[in-house]
Amino acid sequence: MEHTKRKALVLLSGGLDSLLAARLMLEQGLHVEGINFFTGFCVEGHTQAIRGTGKPRHGALAAAEQLGIRLHLVDVVDEYRNVVLNPRHGYGAHLNPCLDCKGFMVGKARAWMEEHGGDFLVTGEVLGQRPMSQRRDTFPIVARESGAFDRLLRPLSAKLLPPTLPEREGWVDRDRLLGLSGRNRKPQIALAESYGLQYAQPAGGCCFLTDENYTRKLRDLWASRGERRYDFDDIMLLKVGRHLRPRPHFKLIIGRGEGENRFLEGYRNRFLHLWAVEHNGPLVLVQGDIGEDDLDLAAAVTARFGQGRDEPRVRVAAAGPGGAAGERVVRPLAPHELPVAWYL
Amino acid sequence: MMPDLDARHLLCPLPVLRVQERVAQLAGGEVLTVRCTDPGALNDIPAWCRIEGHEVLQARTDDAGEVLVTLRVGSRAGGDPSRGGRPR
Ligand code: SF4
Repeated sequence: MEHTKRKALVLLSGGLDSLLAARLMLEQGLHVEGINFFTGFCVEGHTQAIRGTGKPRHGALAAAEQLGIRLHLVDVVDEYRNVVLNPRHGYGAHLNPCLDCKGFMVGKARAWMEEHGGDFLVTGEVLGQRPMSQRRDTFPIVARESGAFDRLLRPLSAKLLPPTLPEREGWVDRDRLLGLSGRNRKPQIALAESYGLQYAQPAGGCCFLTDENYTRKLRDLWASRGERRYDFDDIMLLKVGRHLRPRPHFKLIIGRGEGENRFLEGYRNRFLHLWAVEHNGPLVLVQGDIGEDDLDLAAAVTARFGQGRDEPRVRVAAAGPGGAAGERVVRPLAPHELPVAWYL
Repeated sequence: MMPDLDARHLLCPLPVLRVQERVAQLAGGEVLTVRCTDPGALNDIPAWCRIEGHEVLQARTDDAGEVLVTLRVGSRAGGDPSRGGRPR
């Protein structure tokens, strides 16, 4: 009888662990739904999407479809900013505020559950798997700071943890939960095989905040502005193109290939942009304040990355957000005139 | 009635999110067409529709390379998104 079933809300990340956690709940006859948060930093095949290669697939959607459960997507871009900028528990190896992030997401899921119904929350966390956020001493922090307390069940490690409400109430049979720990992924992979589940194995973490190159560019953005702030376009643009900072007060975002150029075209009405008129080449966005001299330099860089790079002179157009275009003829920079230090 | 939704220049999963928001305001049987530039939407929006019980009337890429998905809202829509389970 559907209406007497207890309802588990699973935080589906798109990774293997939360997929298995949801599967374990289904196996126990519970009503299971998924929830997934979009922070703006999520790795969802954006690079492929921008470049137009491959067939990106949203991981959590694919997981939900495989399991036959509903999935609620929640946009948390604005609220997440405070998690990134002011993490109470600090950062991991890069700018990843994993412990704060977990507390935030479980807290959002708890609030969603209170509004829309549900009995308890489930995550795919595994004890000892991640150095920052999945430790015996951090699990209670997430439970507490999210306000979920003992309504938070981690089925993959449950046998190693104190019983939670759903276990004590008998909604879930603790004996059929798992006692996994550590960084070894073999048990999960074997389990996925035994269930016949398909999954993508993303390299690295679940978001760009764990990515060295990405976070270097984010730090550069903050340094150049003299303050730590970002808007949505900023964090999208950090995913695309070559980023060069020839002068402290401006940087250039240079499209690599047709797909990236097309993506950057979507920003033409917001940024000063340059392109070579008579040669194939990149669309280049200018971020920052730029004077006439700088514009010559930006044009020479633009010419450098286009097919006219070996010509003595290349015609480059520049247009502001308003669309007013001007053209200049420049000598493309030679390779040795592009210092490595400009590359972000 | 065919309300159009422009999700161009949005990257995954934003097109799906925008569809989710719009569908929540529509009644069962209404038809929605969404345009996207992220090629992933061609898979993701239909997948979301299957999960949520909406009918996909078309999902294709047009001559300009834009993804077009048209869906008919399922009978469950228009109310509390958490109501009920997946129809089996
Ligand atoms: S890797 Fe990113 S999304 Fe995952 S817990 Fe850390 S900060 Fe959050």
